Amino acid sequence: MSLTTFLQQCLTGISLGGAYALIAIGYTLVYGILRLINFAHGDIFMMAGYFMIFAMASLPWFIAVPLVLLVTVLLGVSIERVAYRPLRTAPRMSVMISAIGVSYLLQNLATYLFTALPKGYPEIPFLKKIFQIGGLSASFVTFLTPVLTLIIVYVLIVLINKTKIGMAMRAVSKDYDTAALMGIKINRVITFTFAVGSLLAAVGSVLYFTDRMTVFPFSGSLPGLKCFVAAVFGGIGSIPGAVIGGFILGLGETALVALGYSTFSDAFTFVLLIIILLIKPTGLFGEKTTDKV
Amino acid sequence: MAEQKSNILHMEHVTMQFGGVVAVNGLSLDVNEGEIVALIGPNGAGKTTAFNCVTGIYEPTYGKVDFLGETILSNMPKGKMTKAYAGDVEPTLLPITKNTPDVITKKGIARTFQNIRLFGQLTVFDNVLIAKHMRAKQNVISATLRFNHAEEARMRAETMALLEEQDLAHLKDEIATSLPYGLQRRLEIARALATEPKLLLLDEPAAGMNPQETQELTDFIKKIRDSYHLSIFMIEHHMDLVMQISDRIYVLDFGKLIANGTPDEIQNNQRVIDAYLGVSDDAEN
Amino acid sequence: MKKAIVSKNKLYTLIALLVVIGLLAFLQVNSAEYSYPISILERSAIYAVVAVSMNLLTGFTGLFSLGQAGFMAIGAYTVAILTIPVDNRPSVYYVNGISPVIENLHCPFWMALIIAGLLAAAVAALIGIPVLRLKSDYLAIATLGFSEIIRAILAAPQLDRITNGSYGLKNIPGFPNLFAAFGLCALCIGLMVLLINSSYGRAFKALREDEIAAQAMGLNLFHYKELAFVISSFFTGVGGGLLAMFMRSIEARTFSISLTYDILLIVVLGGIGSVTGSVLGAFLVTAGREWLRFFDNPLTIGGVQIPLFRSGFRMVIFSILLMVVVLFYRRGIMGSNEFSWDGLGRLLKSIPARLSGKYKSKKGENA
Repeated sequence: MSLTTFLQQCLTGISLGGAYALIAIGYTLVYGILRLINFAHGDIFMMAGYFMIFAMASLPWFIAVPLVLLVTVLLGVSIERVAYRPLRTAPRMSVMISAIGVSYLLQNLATYLFTALPKGYPEIPFLKKIFQIGGLSASFVTFLTPVLTLIIVYVLIVLINKTKIGMAMRAVSKDYDTAALMGIKINRVITFTFAVGSLLAAVGSVLYFTDRMTVFPFSGSLPGLKCFVAAVFGGIGSIPGAVIGGFILGLGETALVALGYSTFSDAFTFVLLIIILLIKPTGLFGEKTTDKV
Repeated sequence: MAEQKSNILHMEHVTMQFGGVVAVNGLSLDVNEGEIVALIGPNGAGKTTAFNCVTGIYEPTYGKVDFLGETILSNMPKGKMTKAYAGDVEPTLLPITKNTPDVITKKGIARTFQNIRLFGQLTVFDNVLIAKHMRAKQNVISATLRFNHAEEARMRAETMALLEEQDLAHLKDEIATSLPYGLQRRLEIARALATEPKLLLLDEPAAGMNPQETQELTDFIKKIRDSYHLSIFMIEHHMDLVMQISDRIYVLDFGKLIANGTPDEIQNNQRVIDAYLGVSDDAEN
Repeated sequence: MKKAIVSKNKLYTLIALLVVIGLLAFLQVNSAEYSYPISILERSAIYAVVAVSMNLLTGFTGLFSLGQAGFMAIGAYTVAILTIPVDNRPSVYYVNGISPVIENLHCPFWMALIIAGLLAAAVAALIGIPVLRLKSDYLAIATLGFSEIIRAILAAPQLDRITNGSYGLKNIPGFPNLFAAFGLCALCIGLMVLLINSSYGRAFKALREDEIAAQAMGLNLFHYKELAFVISSFFTGVGGGLLAMFMRSIEARTFSISLTYDILLIVVLGGIGSVTGSVLGAFLVTAGREWLRFFDNPLTIGGVQIPLFRSGFRMVIFSILLMVVVLFYRRGIMGSNEFSWDGLGRLLKSIPARLSGKYKSKKGENA
């Protein structure tokens, strides 16, 4: 493999990793606060893809994108409201089943509304513009994704460490009950968390699907699972962890495809999951917790 | 050295460190045959942690635990802990022995828990019957196809007999969590006895009991010690109970052993009084 | 007095059994006429086996595993490879050719089912070693991941000469008769019930209730989790094999995550921790899905086409149903209770009282 091809593949991997990272952050935030794998997160990402198709049908991109972000946030927040909030005190398994149910519902709803056939994703012209650097050629979105990811992560880290709502989020994730006793409005924090997570999923969806060009009802389910693995890999609850996990996953997967093992590129994710859980169950940046006996 | 013969439990320099916190620091103690030994100390002194080190729930950072003359647990600080180790006792080389809690139960150490851990949704009878499972001669196929009916019948008969002895037989079909608190504690002890232990660890058996119940418990502990030929090692805060039934008492403060001796000796020990009343160190001098 | 009640219940059971056998005999004789209801009943019975095996883990051992589809796939492919008549194989594998290893490998269906179960169990034993050390939600995602890995391997082009890749396997011999189909399902469920009510079943329940206390009772956490996982996977594998015999042709796509979700729906609807609930749930869900089929067809009332009714609507209703159960009837139909004649008697007796109670309260409101 020549150096150019190698660099080309790296670029693809980093770009894919950036989109994964954005979705992984949504998992990590929600898990950090509710200790819940939001199985529906990948499907929110898929729905954002469909929203974009419809928004772009009649609107210019600079109106369509913000609109899609807004609608996706509303979807994420209402899912939390309807499917998770009533189960706040229920056993963990019930909440997980509810999350699976929402995921199932969104997939079936998408199949019903938009048919199971893949739909073409609209092109935003400037994103698809091809750039040439040396022997490398890639569309603008390939360069944009990692850069945008890093900017968003920086803003998010500032938000969590410097603002009042960020402090509340950290408090709730450390100790749910005590945070409630301290007068933190738990429900508001959770809503905010879902809003941020869905917003990032929507951004990720624009970047991801612009590269993939089609959306179908199940296009969220596998990326969703993968991004959860990325979050676990980096240490659940840690934002930098989720980002690094996302990039590693993106690069690894691209490498496998480049080497001709594309059938196993999905399996790779889960092998990674098993390895990290065996060696360091708390992930790269996770904090250790001990159960009290 | 005369004690050596009848030694049941021997802990040596047991140290348990979580991150930078040394919860148990170089604890050495002995429980001998037929004794009732109490471990006391202020809240957070590391008593339950010490129990968890004996029963294999935690792997002690350093130190060893012998049971009936056999080393059941021993460990050395390793990995990150070699540098971070902050125990008082300098580690000397020990062979590493590890045992999971179930193996330790099989060897004959049973325990109860500070915050009662019954099999909540199961009946009183099943709670005790489960304890009989590990010593039954059966495998999953013989049990499924009911080839083990003789063994099953024996387990059930023994469970019934134990419930009768413990005065719980009339409640056998009740769901465990539906019992009143005091009975739940009794059931937990009955369940521990069903594992046929030689040493019983009781973690605050009198917690939440009124004086009359505590008095009943005092007699009860003595009774089971005698009828089941047990040694008993317990954590307890009710001083009346501790002083009445303990043969010896160990006092733990901030993870360290500060005193040990008979109830009389402990009652008059200045360091113990200070620890409980919270006198600062310089006042001692 | 008490003895009389027991024998009365035995009598009811006997009668119920005879009715079922009579019904099966009737359907067997008229199988051509009733092929549609028979196929629904057979699928229900097979799903019941898998649902009970999932319940053995989720409801009785407290392990939330989502790997069912993967283990079913192993079972289904094993049965298919071992039972497709040797003469038919060239036509099945006409695109990729058949690997010489399996070319003449053939055995009777009952033996193939046992091998299917054993293979699934062996894979589960391997997977269990890393996975069962994980806490609840990690376990769910890891088993889900493994299920996908299994499917990816079965669909991999490298195995085309064994699994026939995307063409799938066809010409799988079906059940010789209805009694074999339902008898095998009943046998599997019966064995699992015996296990659940045995000393080992109690150990599993102890694990579910409190892992730390279970250890203090001398139960090795890993050993018993692995045992439950392996046994459950054995029956899931057999269930997959039965499904292959039922469908007569299989492909890797059949065993996607949504198959696991279907089984989960059955378990949740029937009641987590209830075997009879799972069986009941399997029949209700499978039959209900067929019954809901009319939602998928365009509906015209009085010349007006109702816009909602088109392909896919059925599944939307289905998933809404799952959400309603999870959110409002968390205990499902049976909760963690089992069916008993006494329970049924109480229910039947309470119905008139309930009805009249409602009637009275309505009357009260009117007045």
